[in-house]
Amino acid sequence: MILVTVGTDLPFDRMVKIVDAWARERERCDVFAQIGEGGWKPEYIRYSEFLQPDDFKNYFKLASVVISHAGMGTILSALLHGKPILVMPKLAKLGEHRNEHQTATAIRMKEFGNVNVAFDELELRMWLDNLDQLAPSRQIDSFASQQLVEGIGTFIRQA
Amino acid sequence: MSDRRKKVLAISSGGGHWVQLLRLRPAFDSSDVVYATVRDGYREDIGNADFRLIHDANRWNKLKLLRCAASVFVLILRERPDIVISTGAAPGYFGVRFGKWMGARVIWVDSIANAEELSMSGRKAGEFVDLWLTQWQHLARENGPQWMGSIL
Repeated sequence: MILVTVGTDLPFDRMVKIVDAWARERERCDVFAQIGEGGWKPEYIRYSEFLQPDDFKNYFKLASVVISHAGMGTILSALLHGKPILVMPKLAKLGEHRNEHQTATAIRMKEFGNVNVAFDELELRMWLDNLDQLAPSRQIDSFASQQLVEGIGTFIRQA
Repeated sequence: MSDRRKKVLAISSGGGHWVQLLRLRPAFDSSDVVYATVRDGYREDIGNADFRLIHDANRWNKLKLLRCAASVFVLILRERPDIVISTGAAPGYFGVRFGKWMGARVIWVDSIANAEELSMSGRKAGEFVDLWLTQWQHLARENGPQWMGSIL
């Protein structure tokens, strides 16, 4: 199953439209999209605007691939669960987000975590036809770095 | 020096902010923690720990922002935490702001998503927080924020 998610903030119609068109062309019935409140409604793939956290977790577990906006929450979940993830940054200049940090996040996490990135519609289409080529995520463990945990823990104890 | 366990209020908005806050849990081992966030479904992420729901908001909707601030204010009044820690965004900012006013020691951990510059709430929080952190070493400055590693 391919899980598509746009995050809990603003929709991401640009990405969803491409995936919907691709799924129709390839007759893929195994795609589910969380499209966000007020998001464009797909014509072919199954979708919901909204997923409760535990439903999201279930879909996440079942997915073989996650296609997502470049949001830190989804990226961290993918790394935690070792799911291959393909992200596309939302662009503030297109009104998809409030600032351009998703592009920077995508670049950094590509480097750190083997997150696959489609910077534009063309790259997204190319990846969709080559999902088996997605790099697997770097596995991370459940908690923050020792350094940060100790730094904060010490501050709390001495406060 | 008291042996009483400190009370920590760990507060954030949803999505990546919440996921990052959760990754800091080991830092709260020696404290009593209350978690506060914007979606009830996140309750199950923290097991038996105390959970409080607050109104979500971002700076582009002033009315929601007011409602958010009010819910956080009431929360702080009720809980009287010794320490408030947040990974952002707006609800977390109110948490550290009001927490500080009421005598708590407060910690701001700027989201790891802000890799090029500090978030706006992170910049504002820096004016008064007791521990001001960025998760990117190249963003650390002499007068803060400090870098002490990241949630990865």
